[in-house]
Amino acid sequence: MATLIIAEHNNVSLSPDTLKVVNAAMALSPSVSVLVAGARCRAVADEVGKVTGVAEVLLADNAVYEHQLAESLSALIAEVAQRYTHILAPATTFGKNLLPRVAALLDVGQLSDVIQIKNADTVIRPIYAGNALAAVKSNDPIKVITIRCAAFEPAQEQDTQVASVSELDIVVANDMTQFVSKQAVESERPELAVARVVVSGGRGLGNSESFALVEKLADKLGGAIGASRAAVDAGFVSNDLQVGQTGKIVAPELYIAVGISGAIQHLAGMKDSKVIVAINSDPDAPIFQIADYGLVGDLFELLPELIDSL
Amino acid sequence: MKVLVAIKRVIDPYVKIRVKSDGSGVETNNVKMSMNPFCEIAVEEAVRLKEAGVADEVIVVSAGEINCQEQLRTALALGADRAIHIEAETGLEPITVAKALQSVMEREQPRLVLMGKQSIDTDNNQVAQMLSALTQLPQGTFASEVIIKGDAVTVTREIDGGLETLSLTLPAIISTDLRLNEPRYASLPNIMKAKKKPMEQLTVAELGVDIVRHQEVIEVMPPPERQGGVRVASVSELVDKLKNEAKVI
Repeated sequence: MATLIIAEHNNVSLSPDTLKVVNAAMALSPSVSVLVAGARCRAVADEVGKVTGVAEVLLADNAVYEHQLAESLSALIAEVAQRYTHILAPATTFGKNLLPRVAALLDVGQLSDVIQIKNADTVIRPIYAGNALAAVKSNDPIKVITIRCAAFEPAQEQDTQVASVSELDIVVANDMTQFVSKQAVESERPELAVARVVVSGGRGLGNSESFALVEKLADKLGGAIGASRAAVDAGFVSNDLQVGQTGKIVAPELYIAVGISGAIQHLAGMKDSKVIVAINSDPDAPIFQIADYGLVGDLFELLPELIDSL
Repeated sequence: MKVLVAIKRVIDPYVKIRVKSDGSGVETNNVKMSMNPFCEIAVEEAVRLKEAGVADEVIVVSAGEINCQEQLRTALALGADRAIHIEAETGLEPITVAKALQSVMEREQPRLVLMGKQSIDTDNNQVAQMLSALTQLPQGTFASEVIIKGDAVTVTREIDGGLETLSLTLPAIISTDLRLNEPRYASLPNIMKAKKKPMEQLTVAELGVDIVRHQEVIEVMPPPERQGGVRVASVSELVDKLKNEAKVI
């Protein structure tokens, strides 16, 4: 068994999600290879070399990989893939964009958003917005898998470099796709997907000004802010904060849902949180059926009180 | 310009699904079915391109049993010009669907292919990327804005942490995110008109695609049930519970 993990990074540092994929891969083999493809990203390869469980780092450092476009990266990975039985990446927008293209180039299927690796060919993955779990067996010679990061703990990083870094000189240019721009949402708060505490607001907040209450509470708890689709559609916050089947999947230690009714779509994104708190004026809101602690009442009275008492 | 839109029939998103007790799957008998929400957005975008004079023909295609013609008719009522039904068993794997679509593309030669980023039943999020690989075309996944200018399409993509804009050379494959547009409803006159629009029927075999079983679903299980907890009466009780019982703050 030989596992290759595709590292997600920004050419400067490794994403925490990649560490979780390394850990998930330990169910397959005690040591894995990691491919770092990008431009001027040697530092990332060195960082990967310090991760427990990583035996080998492959570095494809070339200007053509700078924006990690799927057209170039998939061809590079497909060429390297023949030496491996398993190709893994995080089920982030990076991994979701890239890996199915790799799978098709290899003429194999893909196992998406896996929450548990049972053995070399069988995994568990959620379907129907997490309302069912499927045990799926792959018959393919190379298993292409994306990992739902919220379901795994991160692998540890050590102080010293353990794995060797070998450079690949495969260059796949691509003249079909050009990177134009990236608009990152800057935030002082922890990243939504990896935060220990998430405070989410929904339609019940009424307008974008009221969302400041959610932000204040999140800041008091050192948490990230999230939102329901209704809050995003109403324009309260930008959509990268959306938690749910079509947004981000989170599993923090504490999830506080404020003014969120708890539609199936939203629950799919947060129901694996360790402790769920719901604050809602509607005592019949479905969110109360899964909340560990429910508080019924006017959130414009309750939230300031909660913020003050912390 | 010809636009091809791939759509899928799925259990309606507002239905609470039930896992069969024998673990063989999810109950679909007597359950309301609909067009996958992401596919509706793809159809809407194609129809808008037609209304803007960018597209001159919109073709919708779906693979599945005979009843997925209902969803193809819906797409025709929304403004698509003609439909292709690929007769197949329900539950074709994404790689097989991608191969069938590749074959349809060879026949139809569209400049643009639109489809949803994922179907809400299997939640795979794979077909558009796989089709792009098979056809060696550029991909614009999770699109929230699509602008066509000459031989290129500018796609703004929803990515973790923000947005990314790419320029793709046409022909290209685009998968739609929820924010791309707000789909319209079909009017009754348009539903009537849709009945007269052409619907071609093909089989997977006629498209030259072999059905290979890459994966087997061994068992479908309900997820572990989450116990509803307690109602607290006040903010102070909540804070006390979070501190001393749950120990999370």
